Formats: sequence, structure tokens, C-alpha cells
Amino acid sequence: MKHLVSIRDLNKQSAIALLDSAQQLTKVNERTVKNLPALRGKTVVNLFYENSTRTRISFEIAAARLSADVINFSAQASSTSKGESLKDTAQTLEALGAAAIVIRHPMSGAASSLANRGWISASVINAGDGHHEHPTQALLDALTVRQITQSGTDLTGIKVLIVGDIEHSRVARSNILLLSMLGAVVSVAGPVGLMPEGISDLGAKVFEDFDQALADKPDAVMMLRVQLERMLEDERFITGDYVNSWSLDQTRLKLLGKEAIIMHPGPMNRGLEISNEAANDPRSAVLRQVKNGLAVRMAVLHQVLSGEDLN
Amino acid sequence: MITLKNLTLSDGSETDIKIQGDRIVEMGKTSEAGTDCSGLIGLSGFVDPHAHLREPGFEASETVLSGSRAAAAGGYTAICAMANTEPVADSSSIVERILDLGVQANLCQVQPIGAVTKALAGLALSDIAMMAASRGQVTMFSDDGMCVYDENLMRQALIAVSAFGGVVAQHAQEPTMTIGSQMNAGSLATELGLKGWPAIAEEQIIARDAELAAETGSRLHVCHLTTAGGVEVVRWAKARGINITAEVTPHHLLLTEELVRSYDPMYKVNPPLRTSEDGKALLAGLVDGTIDMLGTDHAPHSGEKKDCEWQQAAFGMLGLESAASILHQVLIQSGAGDWKLFEKAISGAPAKLASLANQGSIQVGAEANITVFNPHETISVTDMTQSKSTNSPYVGFEFKGRVQHTIYKGNFTIFDRELKEDK
Repeated sequence: MKHLVSIRDLNKQSAIALLDSAQQLTKVNERTVKNLPALRGKTVVNLFYENSTRTRISFEIAAARLSADVINFSAQASSTSKGESLKDTAQTLEALGAAAIVIRHPMSGAASSLANRGWISASVINAGDGHHEHPTQALLDALTVRQITQSGTDLTGIKVLIVGDIEHSRVARSNILLLSMLGAVVSVAGPVGLMPEGISDLGAKVFEDFDQALADKPDAVMMLRVQLERMLEDERFITGDYVNSWSLDQTRLKLLGKEAIIMHPGPMNRGLEISNEAANDPRSAVLRQVKNGLAVRMAVLHQVLSGEDLN
Repeated sequence: MITLKNLTLSDGSETDIKIQGDRIVEMGKTSEAGTDCSGLIGLSGFVDPHAHLREPGFEASETVLSGSRAAAAGGYTAICAMANTEPVADSSSIVERILDLGVQANLCQVQPIGAVTKALAGLALSDIAMMAASRGQVTMFSDDGMCVYDENLMRQALIAVSAFGGVVAQHAQEPTMTIGSQMNAGSLATELGLKGWPAIAEEQIIARDAELAAETGSRLHVCHLTTAGGVEVVRWAKARGINITAEVTPHHLLLTEELVRSYDPMYKVNPPLRTSEDGKALLAGLVDGTIDMLGTDHAPHSGEKKDCEWQQAAFGMLGLESAASILHQVLIQSGAGDWKLFEKAISGAPAKLASLANQGSIQVGAEANITVFNPHETISVTDMTQSKSTNSPYVGFEFKGRVQHTIYKGNFTIFDRELKEDK
């Protein structure tokens, strides 16, 4: 695997191999000395066109644990009339020795363009592109669900519910594709105005009501972050209505099964899409997701730069 | 003097064509020796109702001269130049300048299209009557690239052109539903995270404009039809006797939205590539006469406008040089239509649309505008082009059938696929 741009770059076998590698690496992350020499001498560039402290830090630590040199490069997505093009920036970074570029970009398809248009020969890892995909987030979510449900290698029969603004969520798209590939039954729920056309064609069942979706007894509920900066500009968005209809509040918390998993990609808006109680609930896997994110990103970096799964 | 020997015409008959000066002087069996065209199809010179030549204003992408070369290579003897230049072709002086540049290039007839509204701003009508009366003899008006969205302005434009039998060519795109649109709306747009351009935005404007054309008794032309629903609306309008014509592009007949998966902006075009079902409906519409003609929407862009992220890239693709080969594949090779339909779609109907009386037919006494098409030879498309730009979505494609010779006003502009510029 040269790049990880989309879940479509994986098949069931290669996805499970990545999860298995990451599972091994979670043990390394428990050791006193956490570093492995696997990527010594290789340079990984975090090319971030959007602010994302947690994803960037996660990739940064992942690369460091594998002994790679890490460079963080923050850039502004610019129109073609001003500033350097994505192509020129990427070629410059490659000329400086980047073996892999981890890219976060506000435009859907930016990672794909970097990987597939002949601009550079470095490996490309998509850390989130517009409303398209965020594949390492889906892998870490799959790993989390697999660990807690102890479902073995894949996720056959596990029910996962994703709740919130599906239209603008790259986390939702990558999760629908990956979890359904692994055999999970994926549902989405959210305001009808934020439910994109044809989402069921990607493999998700659509609920227009959170409580109905919960009556379906999901094994895991993934709450999407409300992007406040977007929502405050949208006159259809009324915070109170959103909380009433779509927040994982105390009442809905009681509807969740005892073994159900509460997930959130972070950062959480406590009191908005997730209540304080839900965030603090023992069933919350939010910090486990963060830990698994580190392991998954190590596995992905190792795979794209060495061509091997780490076992 | 040129004599073409043993041509097969669109009706299947064989003939020689003798040309003297700019006229066809004899057909049938002639005694002269000449250029053997056995096995080749002789068609009235191709006419493109819809090309962007980018001059004045964007000469890095295309000029009237380079666009004329591309046109000749594609078998065209006349092209209609869209108005979205800089300055916009919204006055007599600009349309006359474009006309003159075409005459200087002398590789095909360049017929300027006038803007419907001043500066394409959609706020006030341009000097429609002045452009019609100018040396440009403009009869077709379009804000292509922008939709004439204001209903009253559209109505006034239809009334203005009816005074001289002109036509308004509408880019049917309801703007408020398509703000920031990047590709066809639907599950693929959802997966790719790109803003969708819904079919209803096209259908709704065509329906509205058809009503206005009916009410004003004027002529309406629908540029680049792309949706199955749009074909239905045009079919309905024609059944009601409304004076409406429609065009389809080669790329909407051949390509589908699946290509957008690559995020390669070579496939970024407006209106966007649609589904294979839409493609089938467009072909069916062309075959049953709902759609009258092929229009290339030839849209050159300099390299940097495409060598970037999808959302940053310009809309549009080259079309003039590949159009006939594509029409051959989708119409003739597929068995959907015959050469008469081919000739009507690529020559007769657009000549009539643009009121080019000297184009669109082969007969004794007519101006000699003839395209000789070789249906047997296969071409592999490369980025070698007569255009100044290289944004062809077909690089790497193979097509069976290509233009062999083009004759404009009695002279070869293309002979054995080579450009002839010595006049």
C-alpha cells in the first residue's frame, strides 16, 4: 500500500491486517520505552491546511515512535491567484526529502490529487480532506469497536449508529465504508437537511429520528461533532432544537444498552451533541479512541513507508 | 480547382465533387482526376454552435487563430464564438473584432455570438439590435457560462431577437440551487464530498424559458443539455409547437460522472458530467430529434487552471478536434443513427440555428464547405493539439474514425490530416 487516501484503497484483508498491526502496537505504547527503530532516517511531513491540533499531534507522535523525522508544515489553502499551489508546496517538501506526506486539507480530493496525479512520488496519507474522507479515524474507530466487543477479526453483525451532521462529515463517510466492509451494520441519524442525497448507496441505513435509531439497539453510538463555526452561519440551525433532537442526553443515555459503546471523534462540544453525563459515562470510549488513533497511525505510516504490516 | 473523387455522401450515394473558386460546380461522375476519396464519407462542413475562443482577454488559453486551427482539424468550417471574452462581446465593436480575427485566420467561418446582458452581469440587456445590425451580423445571443436568470430580462431578450429572427441560447442553470456546485448531485457527489448540481436546476430553467418562448413567439436554443429530465422538457415543448432547439456536447454523450472519482479536473465541466442513464436519454433524444445538434462547448484553459485541486480548477474541456470521432462512436458505430443524422447534427441543424446560409449543405452552386471523414482509421488521442491549451479529457482514448480533409470556401484547410495555412 503506497498511499492511504480513502477506505476504497483498502480491502477487507488489508484493513484487518492494519487493525492487527495497530493492536500489536497498542502494546508497544504501554511499554516504558515506546520507540521502535522501524522508520529511522525517513522524513514524514504533516502538511496541514486546516487547524487540527489533535490529529496532527497524533500523527506526530506516531511518526516519532517509529523513529522517523517529523516536520510540521502549516499552510493556507489559497486560490490559484495568490500563494503557492498545492503541487508546488508538495514538490518542495519532497525535494527536502519527505518520504511521506500526511495531509489535512479543506477541499475534498486534495489528498487524492497529491497521491495520484504524478505531482510527487512520496507516500500520501489522508488526514481529512474536505467532506470526503478521514480514513485513519475510521480505522481507529473500527479498532475500538473490535476491542470492546471482542468480535474477533472483523465486525460481523455489530450495529454501529452514527449521529449528527452527516452531510459535512468525512468521519461518517470513512466509517460507513470501512465498518460495512468489515461486516458491521451501519446506520446514520441526523437532521433531514443535513442528510446527503444517496448516503444509503454507501452502505448506511438512514434514521430520521434518534430515538427510533436507539430502539434498534446499536452496539456503538458515534456522536459527530457539531461544527459550530459552520452552524452559526446556518439560519436553519437552532441550538436548542438540535440538543432536543440529536444530543446524546441523559434520557437517551438510559436507552443505550449496558454494553453499548459511546464514541466521539473529538473535540467534544459537551452539552451540545453529547451531554456531560454521556461524555463521563463508563461506556464512553473517547480516550481509548485517542490511544488507538496513535497505534493506527503508526501502523499506517509503517505500512505505506515499508510496505509491510508490523506484527 | 479541387476535385474529390468517389466520395460517399450521407445518403449513401457515391459522387465526385468539383470545386472552382469557392463554389461546388459539378457533382456526379466527373472526368477530372483528383483526390481519391473511396471509402470516405463526404459531409457538409461541420458547424459548431458553441465554442469558446477566449480572444479577446484570455489569449494564453486560446486565440481566434488557434481555435480556428483546432476547428479545421476537427472538420469544422464554421464555429460560433461564445461571448464570455474580456471585454465581453456585448457591443458592435467587440463582435466585429472577433469577426475580423476570424477572417484573418481564414481557416473557418467565425461567427460571433453576442452577449444577452451587458458584461454577462444579468442586469441589463446588451445592445442586441446594434450587434445584429453590425458587420458581425449577430443573430445568436447567449450569456453562456451564466444563466439569464431574471425572467423579465429573458423575456425582453426573446422579444428583442424576434425583431430580426434571432435566437437566445440559454445556459440553463438555476443559480441559487447550484452555488458552489462541483459535480452532478447524487450518491457519488455525496461519497466524494463535492457539492452537487441537481438536474432540477437545468430542467426548471428550460421549462420556464419554453413558456417564455411560447408567449413571445420567439426562438429559444438550449445549450448543452445534460439531463434525462431536461430531454423530457424539450420533448414536451416541441410537442406543443414551441420554437425551441437543443444541443448536446460530445462529452455528455460519451463520459459519465464516474470519472470524477479521480478528482482529476480534466473532467470538471459545467454543466457537469452526469450518469450513464442521462447519457442514454441524451442519445435517444438526439436520435428522435428532440435534440437537434451537437455543440462542442470547446473550453480551453491554460495549464495551471487544471493542475490544481478539483475545487480550484476551472470548468471546461477541449472539444473541437475530437467531436466528430465521438459522434461517430456514439451514433454510427453503436448503430443508433445513420450518416444523415450525423450530418444534420454536426452541420445542417447548427448552420440553420446560426443563420449561416452558406453552410450546412452540399450541392452544386453552394459554397464549398465540405468535411471528408474516414470512418475506418483508428486514432489514439494524445495531448498534441492545434489548440493553445491541452485540457482534453480524451488523452489516452482510442476512437475509430477521424477527419481526413476539411475544405473551407473551396480550399483545403486540412488535407490528409495536415493543417494547410498557405493561402
